[in-house]
Amino acid sequence: MKHSFTVRIGPAAFRIGSAWPAPISLLRTLYADYPQPEDGIADFSVRLEPAKPWRRWLRPSVAIAGDYMLPDAAPLPLAQGLLAAEMGMNLQMALGWRRHVLLHASCVEKNGRALVMTGASGSGKSTLAAMLGERGWRLMGDEFALLDLASGQMFAFPRLISLKNGAISAMRAEADEARFGPLLAATPKGDIRHLIPRSNAVEQMGEGASPAMLLFPRFGFEPATRPVARSECFMRLTQASTNYVALGEAGFAALTRFIDTVPAHAIDYASGAEALDLVDALWSAAA
Amino acid sequence: MADQQHRYRAENPASIAVHPFDELTLLYHRRSGITHMVIAPAPQILAVMGSEELAVADILHRLSQDFDLGTEGQESLLAVISARLEELALLGLVERL
Repeated sequence: MKHSFTVRIGPAAFRIGSAWPAPISLLRTLYADYPQPEDGIADFSVRLEPAKPWRRWLRPSVAIAGDYMLPDAAPLPLAQGLLAAEMGMNLQMALGWRRHVLLHASCVEKNGRALVMTGASGSGKSTLAAMLGERGWRLMGDEFALLDLASGQMFAFPRLISLKNGAISAMRAEADEARFGPLLAATPKGDIRHLIPRSNAVEQMGEGASPAMLLFPRFGFEPATRPVARSECFMRLTQASTNYVALGEAGFAALTRFIDTVPAHAIDYASGAEALDLVDALWSAAA
Repeated sequence: MADQQHRYRAENPASIAVHPFDELTLLYHRRSGITHMVIAPAPQILAVMGSEELAVADILHRLSQDFDLGTEGQESLLAVISARLEELALLGLVERL
């Protein structure tokens, strides 16, 4: 395609092609400190194409295409081209990744031990990971956590952090303005701004961590914690994994080992400060 | 429907990976690639069946050697085992002969 960009995020390498220069130029800026594919070859390609030929110029409209595609994905306006690229990359991972159990979860690491957080959209897992990433933890990912099939270690996928709505102002109080992408207003997911993870997240992206705790955060409730039974963890994690079934017995073995190993808690909270306190308390008690 | 006169044969034990989680047991069926979640007495029934052809009464006899089945009457125990066998047959984990 006319404009293109390659990047490696954790173990996965992407090539993003675009009919327009603007999304590529933004990706180059925001992913400036990320490495290139190790052998120069991308695992996945994403294409940002005009939804119809004339839509390259007239009310430009970006359709997401790639190795893996959703037939009914709605095109986005060109101003949201960065979101289209991000959605395209997520889609390739969700539908195509086979080297790890892919969990729809955020993940942070401290002293070689990983904290995995999973929950529905709006649970706050992404914001919580972003906040912990500014407080002495290494951000391993705000969207996908990778569970290694052989070693049982967690591996990172530290793409740009996708902040939505209220999380944008919460994180502007925490991180330098230079680390933020432009405001993408009124997208199908609400207002979005991307945040570049701290440099340690990128520098150490190849380092695994032993899974040490699993949390199911839930935003909008009085602060509370409760232990979660292993059977419930299994049900929720298989729902949160896009490739569990495809991985067959290797996925079964890795996921059951993960659940047998890590303590799991559901945490309810009504503010970021409450969530951080709950995480601190649970983490200290488990250490 | 459950019929206590039928004979059943379980899937080859080598083709099922069993992993207990609390009160639930996960059964990973290698031939289908499907993970099933079952509760007692389904995993116990599978365990005592081995790979032989058995009548419901044979299975009850084997279970009673391994477990204290309490004071429940023979008929209701047979009915419970038959019902579980039919469910396991629907999952492809036992075959009704």
